[in-house]
Amino acid sequence: MITRVPRSSWDETHFGKMGSYYINRTFFFDVHPPLGKMLVGLAGYLSGYDGTFLFQKPGDKYEHHSYLGMRGFCAFLGALLIPFAYLTVLELSQSLPAALLTAALLTFDTGCLTLSQYILLDPILMFFIMAAMLSMVKYNSCANRPFSAPWWLWLSLTGVNLAGALGVKFVGLFIILQVGWNTLSDLWHLFGDLSLSMVTVGKHLTARVLCLIVLPLALYTATYAVHFMVLNKSGPGDGFFSSAFQARLSGNNLHNASIPEHLAYGSVITVKSARMAVGYLHSHGHLYPEGIGAHQQQVTTYLHKDYNNLWIIKKHNTNSDLLDPSLPVEFVRHGDIIRLEHKETSRNLHSHYHEAPLTRKHYQVTGYGINGTGDSNDFWRIEVVNRKFGNRIKVLRSRIRLIHLVTGCVLGSSGKVLPKWGWEQLEVTCTPYLKETLNSIWNVEDHINPKLPNISLDVLQPSFPEIMLEAHMVMIRGNSGLKPKDNEFTSKPWHWPINYQGLRFSGINDTDFRVYLLGNPVVWWLNLLSIALYLLSGSIFAVAVQRGARLPAEVEGLSQVLLQGGGQLLLGWMIHYFPFFLMGRILYFHHYFPAMLFSSMLTGLLWDTLLRLCAWSLASFSLAGHVHALGILSLLLGIAYSFYLFHPLAYGMVGPLAQDPRSPMAGLRWLESWDF
Amino acid sequence: MLGFLQRPVVVTADINLNVVALTAVGLLSRLWQLSYPRAVVFDEVYYGQYISFYMKRIFFLDGSGPPFGHMLLALGGYLGGFDGNFLWNRIGAEYSTNVPVWSLRLLPALAGALSVPMAYQIVWELGFSHCAAVGAALLILIENSLITQSRLMLLESVLIFFNLLAVLSYLKFSNSQKHRPFSPSWWFWLMLTGVACSCAVGTKYVGVFTYLLVLGVAAAHAWHLIGDQTLSNVRVLCHLLARAVALLVIPVLVYLLFFYVHLLLLCRSGPHDQIMSSAFQASLEGGLARITQGQPLEVAYGSQVTLKNVFGQPVPCWLHSHQSTYPMIYENGRGSSHQQQVTCYPFKDVNNWWIVKDPGRHELVVNNPPRPVRHGDIVQLVHGMTTRLLNTHDVAAPLSPHSQEVSCYIDYNVSMPAQNLWRLDIVNRESDTDVWKTILSEVRFVHVNTSAILKLSGAPLPDWGFRQLEVVGEKLSRGYHGSTVWNVEEHRYGRSQEQKERELELRSPAQMDASRNLSFMARFSELQWRMLTVRSDDSEHKYSSTPLDWVTLDTSIAYWLHPRTSAQIHLLGNIVIWASASLATLVYALLFVWYLLRRRRRVCDLPEGCWLRWALAGALCAGGWAVNYVPFFLMEKTLFLYHYLPALAFQILLLPVVLEHVSGRLCRSQLQRSFFGALVVAWFASACHVSNTLRPLTYGDRSLSPSELKALRWKDSWDILIRKY
Repeated sequence: MITRVPRSSWDETHFGKMGSYYINRTFFFDVHPPLGKMLVGLAGYLSGYDGTFLFQKPGDKYEHHSYLGMRGFCAFLGALLIPFAYLTVLELSQSLPAALLTAALLTFDTGCLTLSQYILLDPILMFFIMAAMLSMVKYNSCANRPFSAPWWLWLSLTGVNLAGALGVKFVGLFIILQVGWNTLSDLWHLFGDLSLSMVTVGKHLTARVLCLIVLPLALYTATYAVHFMVLNKSGPGDGFFSSAFQARLSGNNLHNASIPEHLAYGSVITVKSARMAVGYLHSHGHLYPEGIGAHQQQVTTYLHKDYNNLWIIKKHNTNSDLLDPSLPVEFVRHGDIIRLEHKETSRNLHSHYHEAPLTRKHYQVTGYGINGTGDSNDFWRIEVVNRKFGNRIKVLRSRIRLIHLVTGCVLGSSGKVLPKWGWEQLEVTCTPYLKETLNSIWNVEDHINPKLPNISLDVLQPSFPEIMLEAHMVMIRGNSGLKPKDNEFTSKPWHWPINYQGLRFSGINDTDFRVYLLGNPVVWWLNLLSIALYLLSGSIFAVAVQRGARLPAEVEGLSQVLLQGGGQLLLGWMIHYFPFFLMGRILYFHHYFPAMLFSSMLTGLLWDTLLRLCAWSLASFSLAGHVHALGILSLLLGIAYSFYLFHPLAYGMVGPLAQDPRSPMAGLRWLESWDF
Repeated sequence: MLGFLQRPVVVTADINLNVVALTAVGLLSRLWQLSYPRAVVFDEVYYGQYISFYMKRIFFLDGSGPPFGHMLLALGGYLGGFDGNFLWNRIGAEYSTNVPVWSLRLLPALAGALSVPMAYQIVWELGFSHCAAVGAALLILIENSLITQSRLMLLESVLIFFNLLAVLSYLKFSNSQKHRPFSPSWWFWLMLTGVACSCAVGTKYVGVFTYLLVLGVAAAHAWHLIGDQTLSNVRVLCHLLARAVALLVIPVLVYLLFFYVHLLLLCRSGPHDQIMSSAFQASLEGGLARITQGQPLEVAYGSQVTLKNVFGQPVPCWLHSHQSTYPMIYENGRGSSHQQQVTCYPFKDVNNWWIVKDPGRHELVVNNPPRPVRHGDIVQLVHGMTTRLLNTHDVAAPLSPHSQEVSCYIDYNVSMPAQNLWRLDIVNRESDTDVWKTILSEVRFVHVNTSAILKLSGAPLPDWGFRQLEVVGEKLSRGYHGSTVWNVEEHRYGRSQEQKERELELRSPAQMDASRNLSFMARFSELQWRMLTVRSDDSEHKYSSTPLDWVTLDTSIAYWLHPRTSAQIHLLGNIVIWASASLATLVYALLFVWYLLRRRRRVCDLPEGCWLRWALAGALCAGGWAVNYVPFFLMEKTLFLYHYLPALAFQILLLPVVLEHVSGRLCRSQLQRSFFGALVVAWFASACHVSNTLRPLTYGDRSLSPSELKALRWKDSWDILIRKY
């Protein structure tokens, strides 16, 4: 079925493109860690994809490009979720019907199916999460044979899968929390066992530190090592990183750079903020909208390389052409009063007593003047922070501050994203608070001055730990920058478990072949009901145990399964779901799917246990034995039938939209918010 | 019966002179020269405006916290006979004579003063010695930041008071649990816990963290109670029910009570009306109520109405049209229908009037008797001043190209037929035959031909649209959203047949009678929701700081500067107390983990009772610090040093607990103990000294010379104001 949509769908444009980048070895930036995209790239490489498809916008046709390998790889990992869930529940409950029910829930869920069919990170992420969960459960059941071969195997596999999960997306952190919690309670248990000597406990601790901390960290770091090794050509992600970092990339103008070393008047330069992931000082031929400060040209910071990042450094009092070869070279010195002229628009960097567009306590920075002639608000004093190299200003190395002469404020970037009128670039302000922060420190990156000799600069090559740190800082900033825009419909975490609204994967109009990501409502609502039922039955059992009630042996066993096995699954669901309520970034429906896996496993386990309890309590009747079998069977059939009803969501549908009563799907639009 | 005749009436009073003395010094430190400075100090400028609103009984909306704290401050104003006439616009402005500064500042100061004896009681109830308890109270007494914050019209001291009260009454309750469950004092302390918790939440939202902590401790205790097999099932159930009522039901009721009183007090319309729904506004005196008073309730064919958007973002506005047409070609080259513009306009205007018309008839007047419009009816909307009909069609909207353009139809004879039929969809209907009601009904207009929904996109149009907001027809409506929902605000039955008369009628103010009332719960839920969602200006402030700065006291806030001298009030902590409190928390955590691990290996360093006391003290004091501090790391609003004070109050309580534990348990010999005692005395003396040194900045009563001020600037990050002469 994965060939049914021969177009790039939804986020495939991102992740497919990034797979191509690996094949072409061009450097890019993404908010997620690299492992998932590397695997996509590898799958593409092995299946003969040459990395030439552009992935420009959703809906582009693949034509002759070989995309099957990448989709097949993701679909394969997505398919593995079902056996993993089956084995996990089987291990936790020791009951085949429970495991079968779980497997059925996941097989017949349209959401999981849709999500696994495309080139996305989610099937890879879910694969690692489930694999980590499975190996953790397996290793728990090896607890009575510590330090045996299977024990070591499952323990280290847990570690490997944790590294995998974290390496695909940062939400892999949640499964790490779960494994961490499990390990802690395990250790706590061992520690309280007085029959074990402290040495044995120490051995247990060391084994876990090795397999669950050291091993995953090493693997995670290794993925970055591979990432930076593979991507050695300059690409679209350069500007996100510091000048020193860019010098590593071949094709970048800083690679083996030879540029004039000291800043002189008349040089054309780019100015980069010292704060990570802020970018270059930038201006363009658009004005601040009316009502926002003065109606003058915008000055922003911009992460990409662009002609509009170029500035000419001039003396404050003369406007003569300083590149005239007859004039002597004059270097810029610490404390000089300068003027920065924007090369493309010939306007001066300017500030005044108007409030900045977003950070109201700061002053606005604009481009002002015509052909370099402005007023005294265009004058800036250039200062070097922590001067080491004498009075001259070194390109790349000197950390400089620009202090506005008239108001005494410091040029800085607030790191806030401007609205649409500012093209979503970052705000530049002049801050009257002179506290020295990275926001207000800049360095000169490109430097063009034909009158000066070029010197080959051995830019300080950053060490690998520095690169790692920087890459993480940039990713974290990128992630927190993904804020929902005003007036945009956004998916809220409480929408998810009730299957409130899906995502259009491909096709919008009624003539298109449409795929819609929506969970099978029967499965999802059953899951929701099961969580409530679990909380109820779990607390009844817990209170009964706490009150010291004597339970019959069979019920005792079932309550153990419910409290311990079910408890782990409930914890998994909570850990993978509740943190989203605290996240400020933009959220999507598909973020819920890892949690959904856990809640499906809980459903399988719960219904099996409850039906067994039912059968036990009815033991005096003759038909009691069948209650369990009948219950499981009817659940299985119900789920399968609902899948038959809803399968067009995943396998694609044509014809009128479901709002239209003529559509074959109209009867299935159970919630008004579903727009397939 | 007449027992009192046989036995004498005896009143025995236990008076703990410690408590009396601590209360006295607490009052002295907080109330001394309370009405100095007679000027607006820092956030008084913020709370003061709300006090004035209460005095004038004008409705306001403040997103910063629930109304109880504001009402307490206003109570001070009421007792002092404040009339609310003061312009709160500038920090440092001198108070006019009608402002009763002393009584306005009295309640926070009392709350701050009473925290001192309460600290004593808490440590005593936790099972530690009188000496430790007095120590805790004295530390609270001399903590400069707590003094500063208590002496002004601010809410932190009130919040701290209720936090401590909640913890204290819970401790009293749980201590009487062992001996006298269900006795009157047991009930009293249990109920007081619940009430204090909701007062804390009612003062500031962050009070909820202390509430959760108390709930958590109560739940742990209740869980032990369940496990106690000497109690019968019925008895356990009674215990659980009593706790549920006192700690869950009562706080909710008390919290609702705050809002009830708040809404009872604020009955007049004011500057924040616009944010609320029409129905809410109509429940206030004056304002919209004056306009809408006496409007007919049921919208009928021929009714003249103004339609307000329910979502009202970015600004509340009304459906509007005017003579101008859409430009033939937009700036980006797309074309339009060139028909009359329909927009959303944020001001009252005669062009906001629309007439509801029956498509089958021509009259624009209301019949006698009026024919009401019901859910599902097909209507046309006629723009009153231009008599053109509201229309939408398959033309891209000016700013939202994926939606349909909405216009008032002009027939250009270019084979673009009128599509002006709309189906009325009452969103909040009770039955499918509901009548469209003024103000109360929230309606959607569904276009009959294209099933597009009339929606406010919120984008301001360019100059040709006079910067009014764009209105579109949304084809793919994703569920319910306020921007697609409208309600009738002003309404009257149209009487004039002729257009000229009708224009006159439209210009005349609306008339008639009958008032509508919203239920309290509806008003409460709307107000609470708006308070939580109102967007505060989260720009940074000169004195804002991050939570990491607080523990090390790397920040300070200049509250007030004397207009002529350099006397000033500055929020600064006693650095000795801050440092040692943090150290005590660390020591506590290490010792706790150490004991816990040893107990797990069956090595009991502490006897069981001592361990339980130690754990409970940690849960309440260290826990209180953590729950009042850690959540700030996740908050995105502007943060100040004073947000740390509730956490600090709990942390200070932990300090004597740890000291007593160290001296009692870890000092083995008498010699060590004496030595440690001497150290503690020396440390306390230094804390007193620091407190005394910083006193001029705390009270602002003495002008210091620049050199003295420079000498007080112990950290570079303290922005003490130094006048340049």
